[in-house]
Amino acid sequence: MVRFLMNNEPVEIQVRDPNMTVLAFLRERMKKTGTKEGCAAGDCGACTVVVGSLSNDNQDISYHTVNSCIALMSALHGKQLITVEDLTRGNKLHPVQSALVEHHGSQCGFCTPGFVMSAFSLYHSTTKPRREDVVNALSGNLCRCTGYRPIIDATLQACEHPKTDQFDDNKTSTIRALIALNEERENAVEPCLHMPENRKALRDFIQCYPDAPLVAGSTDLALEITQQHRRFSRLISVAQVRELKRVERTTKLLTLGAALPITKAMGEITRDYPTLRELFTRFASLPVRNQATLGGNVANASPIGDAPPLLLALDANLRLDDGDTVRSVRARDFFTGYRATLLKKNEWIDAIELPLPRSNQRLAAYKVSKRMEDDISAVCAVFNAIIENHTVIELKAGFGGVAATPAICQQLESSIAGCDWRDKATLEAGKAVLENAFTPIDDVRASANYRKQLVVNLWHRFWLEHQCEEKITTRVVQHA
Amino acid sequence: MRKLIQPSLAETSNSRLGKAKPHESAERQVRGEARYVDDIREPIGTAYVGIGVSQCVSGNITSIDLTAVKASPGVIDVITVDDVPGHTDIAPVFDGDPVLAEHRILFYGQPVFAVLATSTDAARRAAQAGVVEVEETPAVLDINAALTQQSFVRPTHAFGSSRAKSAVAQSPHTVSGELSVGGQEHMYLEGQVSLAVPEEDGRMMIYTSSQHPSEVQKLVAEVLGERLHKVTVDMRRMGGGFGGKESQAAQWACIAAIFAKRNQCAVKCRLPRSQDMTVTGKRHPFENHWQVGFNDQGKILAADIVVNGNCGYSADLSDAIVDRAMFHVDNGYYLGEAHVTGHRLKTSYVSHTAYRGFGGPQGMIVAEAIIDGIARKLGEDPLTIRKRNLYAKATGNVTPYGMDIGENLLGDMIARLENSSQYWERRNAISAFNQHSPVIKKGLAMTPVKFGISFTAKHLNQAGALVHIYTDGSIQVNHGGTEMGQGLHTKIAQIAAHEFGVDTDSIEVTSTRTDKVPNTSPTAASSGTDLNGKAVQNACITLKNRLIEFWADTLGIESDAAKFINNRVCMGEHSIDFAELVQAAYIGRISLSCTGYYRTPKIFYDRKTGSGRPFFYFAYGVAASEVSVDTLTGEYKVDRVDILHDVGASLNPAIDIGQIEGGFIQGMGWLTSEELKWDDTGRLLSTNMATYKIPAIGDTPREMNVSLYKRPNDEDSIYHSKAVGEPPFMLAISVWSALKDAIASLADYRIDPELSTPATPERVLAAVNEVRKLSEGSTL
Repeated sequence: MVRFLMNNEPVEIQVRDPNMTVLAFLRERMKKTGTKEGCAAGDCGACTVVVGSLSNDNQDISYHTVNSCIALMSALHGKQLITVEDLTRGNKLHPVQSALVEHHGSQCGFCTPGFVMSAFSLYHSTTKPRREDVVNALSGNLCRCTGYRPIIDATLQACEHPKTDQFDDNKTSTIRALIALNEERENAVEPCLHMPENRKALRDFIQCYPDAPLVAGSTDLALEITQQHRRFSRLISVAQVRELKRVERTTKLLTLGAALPITKAMGEITRDYPTLRELFTRFASLPVRNQATLGGNVANASPIGDAPPLLLALDANLRLDDGDTVRSVRARDFFTGYRATLLKKNEWIDAIELPLPRSNQRLAAYKVSKRMEDDISAVCAVFNAIIENHTVIELKAGFGGVAATPAICQQLESSIAGCDWRDKATLEAGKAVLENAFTPIDDVRASANYRKQLVVNLWHRFWLEHQCEEKITTRVVQHA
Repeated sequence: MRKLIQPSLAETSNSRLGKAKPHESAERQVRGEARYVDDIREPIGTAYVGIGVSQCVSGNITSIDLTAVKASPGVIDVITVDDVPGHTDIAPVFDGDPVLAEHRILFYGQPVFAVLATSTDAARRAAQAGVVEVEETPAVLDINAALTQQSFVRPTHAFGSSRAKSAVAQSPHTVSGELSVGGQEHMYLEGQVSLAVPEEDGRMMIYTSSQHPSEVQKLVAEVLGERLHKVTVDMRRMGGGFGGKESQAAQWACIAAIFAKRNQCAVKCRLPRSQDMTVTGKRHPFENHWQVGFNDQGKILAADIVVNGNCGYSADLSDAIVDRAMFHVDNGYYLGEAHVTGHRLKTSYVSHTAYRGFGGPQGMIVAEAIIDGIARKLGEDPLTIRKRNLYAKATGNVTPYGMDIGENLLGDMIARLENSSQYWERRNAISAFNQHSPVIKKGLAMTPVKFGISFTAKHLNQAGALVHIYTDGSIQVNHGGTEMGQGLHTKIAQIAAHEFGVDTDSIEVTSTRTDKVPNTSPTAASSGTDLNGKAVQNACITLKNRLIEFWADTLGIESDAAKFINNRVCMGEHSIDFAELVQAAYIGRISLSCTGYYRTPKIFYDRKTGSGRPFFYFAYGVAASEVSVDTLTGEYKVDRVDILHDVGASLNPAIDIGQIEGGFIQGMGWLTSEELKWDDTGRLLSTNMATYKIPAIGDTPREMNVSLYKRPNDEDSIYHSKAVGEPPFMLAISVWSALKDAIASLADYRIDPELSTPATPERVLAAVNEVRKLSEGSTL
């Protein structure tokens, strides 16, 4: 049974079809049609719902958005599901709803329920949001009619001084209900959608069903279901495995459990590396980041994933586990071919170990795509240099979108080490190496030529931005 | 002799006109209660359609093996074109659009067969199992190949001066150019969907998401082999249309209806997004070129312009679309001795179709490209050249198709926006910035819009309405227009409320139904309110006259100028509650239901001579956009936009501003990030929202100042308002021009960068590189 609160109502759902998405559950099974399907791929946000989760100390609930079209039922286990129909109190509109009406924020209205839910999530996570916060909160919602200005204004106004709503008023009882759900959850047995709670149970399921795919946030796997109409007979969800959600810090190392949602991982990583905020706010969209996991992004081994170039540049380690033995591999050795990795059949990624900042470190992550929000990289380049007294002590870099795998460029790293950073020759040496370092492909996002040029020019940007004197503007968007 | 009530401008303070009334469905939309076709509770036994499509681009079908499809779980029925009981061609105007492929494959993704199953998922999965064998034939994949082969969907049309070419040659200066203009995916958030419910005696009820219910009715009847009166279409709202549901929503209703008739069950046909993007047409890509002669002041003396529309495999609406492109190559400028040619090229792509602006944008961008070219040649600011070339009574006021444009509002509008946007101060600041910024370059451009209002197919410029007053004084309004988010029903309710002097909550605008108002035109060409508003007003006036005449009879007085105001009717010293009068009229056996009708006056166009007055009037607008361009990556940002737009006397400023802002951002998407990609063999690659990028929330300029130009329409349009759906879309050409301005700064504004659209970061970087190469002394 998947157990969750349907708004305030505890429900137990027997999932006979592991391929059922939350959206299909809502629209087809429950006949709740307020939540819309725009793309069935997590790209438009018309299907956005809010999932309420207990905080670690069981004292609070956080409300985050999820694309229900690519969320499987396991995403609801032990959570509160809130949909657009739940927001009115009696017949009275929620403040985010009435603001949208007053600001003329809907035209055709098909995207509106999704915007309402994203705004609702922001309503519960902030007061006095800045325009950037609103843009970030609504970055996963597309509107084809309004041009967004009235939606931004409405959300700013509604969230400026959020008054308590019924979700605040009911918080105590909701927390109680969620705790009750979670006490029973260990017993959750599903015939074909397994949700192990710990490492050992995960190992057992994998041994039992070696052919069942592992799924974490399902933001990629669900596309096979909704786009290719693939039917999985059995899935093993790692999203509930306690060990995979840990965060550990030593003086030198940040260890992030592989099943941490990107949003949480981002929070941890940017505490130490604030310059990475830009990359992470452009990493898919907020609802996808709330759902997708860091481990999933790495295990997918997509050449255009946004985390792998970062892990390559930071020379991170991956902990691979089979439930009995853990082995550690360098991210730099992990990607062995197009969507191929060192992971063995019975292994999963346990955690990602990132080195913490060093002195004199310059780290910059650049992503270039057709659209700033919610787009996939044409090229992603991450440069990580240690520069002491103008001398490059060490340079490491990671690239996405330039090869069949996330890639490094050893020649760049060796030829720049030891150079005088101020010297234009250093810039030129890097450019010369990068010009021919990769043989990327033409595809729907960019041509091979453009990609080649971007690699060179992003190096140029890195060089310019990290010169000491004479700062020049290098960006069209400044990320906070 | 009783006095008839004359339509009047909103004069009373309580009038519902001119108010920023929220969209009639806004509350239901934010609650998730606004019902779209896929939200309708399905009848018991409803079955679902999956479409089987061709994987090849061009060829002859040699065999279709559907064994595996039929054996697929949940499958109820499978059809090919051979199973269509009536017509197999569902083309809207000219022949050539088979409902399912007939012997030949004409484009990648063409529907070949359809499956009916117990669930949408089962139907779609089964559809994947079909095996279609095709003997491939050569495809026509670009405009030049089509031109060489004289491959046209419709004959070429041309108008203007036969002396244009020689006049260009004799001009003191000339500029020539060519521009590849990209197409555009509609990306309505609600995909194509229809629900067919069979009724007794061969009747069929269709719920559809369509801009053209009457055409759906006609085509469904035809494929079923029935007459039109057997089919009723109900259309409450669309989740966006933008032209993509004008002619191309019918196919899915037809397929659903065929299944519904064969299986006597309700049938829903809803396309998955990737299929929707593959099998429906887009905005036409164009390849345009021109030669223009001008004098030392940059005044255009002559122009020879050719526009080439890539129409795809069939005519669809392309004849009128290429016409409209031709009608807009002048934009707001007098071109002197001008000649315009428009080719309609038949290619092996999906049949491109209506899209907001209907070819107008692809034509209009030529005018702005020409102006930019002249300005760079003369070293003048493009705005200066724009102003020098505006239509004016003294220097030239007749279009290349022979229409006197009357009062050109652009001169005054540009002057106002120059001032309010501080164009020249910002121009100086940008020049200074660019001199000291080696990587980021800023650009600024102000471009006007003059857009012709009316369907160029004259017969479509008519509309009907049906208005019922019930005995409690509540009023139901039906009309031929469809609601796709543009606020048509809101404006219609305001019009009826104004006419009857009642509150808008006394007015219910119903779903659009072919059994209420027959033989309607599509809701397109920005004409929804102009046409249907007038028809509704016409019905309201008839009803008002009946009420007044009856009341005057009752009172035993001459009917005199009566006023409908504050839910009351006043005549001389008499005054009565509206509902009370309605009840008395009912008892007095007065008909309280009435049709209304309107046809646009004054318009005509003679294709033989290429001249006439195809437009009732023009809607105008001006926009100034400022951008920043990253010359290392080609990334850019629209920093600020100022817009002054002409909607005549606004019926609803909030809705009008919504159309202006939304149209602008959609136009910006067309010109920037929205890139349709086909592979070398003609297969569409950008088939989902992950690979086709419409503007997201972060693309909205931080500063966006939009004002309405307050001047009633000179023509007798509904309360002297103006159409607003399409014209603002073209304001976004200012973004494209501003990008070129930023790039031109690299060569001290002496080179006009070639920048085909969409101007993706990749294309911008290519233009940057090209300009750098052409110019000496680049700063980096």
